[in-house]
Amino acid sequence: MLSVRLNPWNEMYRELNRMREELEEFFGARTNGRRPTRESFPPLNVWEDDAGFYVEAELPGLSLEDLDISLTSDNTLVLRGERKEPQTGQGQWLRRERTYGRFERTVTLPGPVNADQVEASFKQGVLTVRLPKAPELLPRKIEVKGG
Amino acid sequence: MNATLQRTPSRSSAHAAETVTYFPPFDLWEGDQEYRLIGDLPGVAPEDLEVRLENGTLSIYGKASPRSRGRTMLWEEYSVGDFHRAFEIGQDIDAQAISAELRDGVLTVRLPKRAEVQPRRIAVQSG
Repeated sequence: MLSVRLNPWNEMYRELNRMREELEEFFGARTNGRRPTRESFPPLNVWEDDAGFYVEAELPGLSLEDLDISLTSDNTLVLRGERKEPQTGQGQWLRRERTYGRFERTVTLPGPVNADQVEASFKQGVLTVRLPKAPELLPRKIEVKGG
Repeated sequence: MNATLQRTPSRSSAHAAETVTYFPPFDLWEGDQEYRLIGDLPGVAPEDLEVRLENGTLSIYGKASPRSRGRTMLWEEYSVGDFHRAFEIGQDIDAQAISAELRDGVLTVRLPKRAEVQPRRIAVQSG
């Protein structure tokens, strides 16, 4: 199980990653970062806006029924599921590049979320989980009184 | 049937400078009557997919609309880009009968074999 913890170190990680990608591109040696390995399937992207956090995963061929999405008390999103092999008749596989099998990924979000209003949607094999921020994280407009 | 050489994502001249084109993973299956190519193209809508057969090469182009532009990313394990892959098609395939279907980000291309290369059951008469 691979766990992603969001903390200030990620800023540095991202920066290093970006530098590495730029260097590799510059030298024409950029490898295929997209091919998921069993350990990191599915790859995740996480972002936020004023209203919430968003977790996105590329899960081609799956639907919401194939997934078990849960939230633990410490703002950790757990994503479990299984990607089954395609059904074929009598024959043989000549090449296998896609990933199959059970997977589990967890993401600990940087702040509390409103667990009752978590929503998940699937579009063209891309899962998006929307986690609205808890009221204490929402931006507030503070009235400034003129003197 | 042989897969081609495009092992690394390459910058595509047809798109904006920051667009990176990716090499999507594919499985290849062979049955008695057909080959099946099954590939992952997450984020590609059917109308943004182009499958073309030209000079014995099957080219697959998928356009994935950018999703992360303007977002405050907290964690990034993949980036979104277009997909391109090409396969050489052997003489044993009936090019006219190739069909493709894209569902939930998975592309399945069916490549029927020519009738003359399909195994035939030969009736044995009892004497």
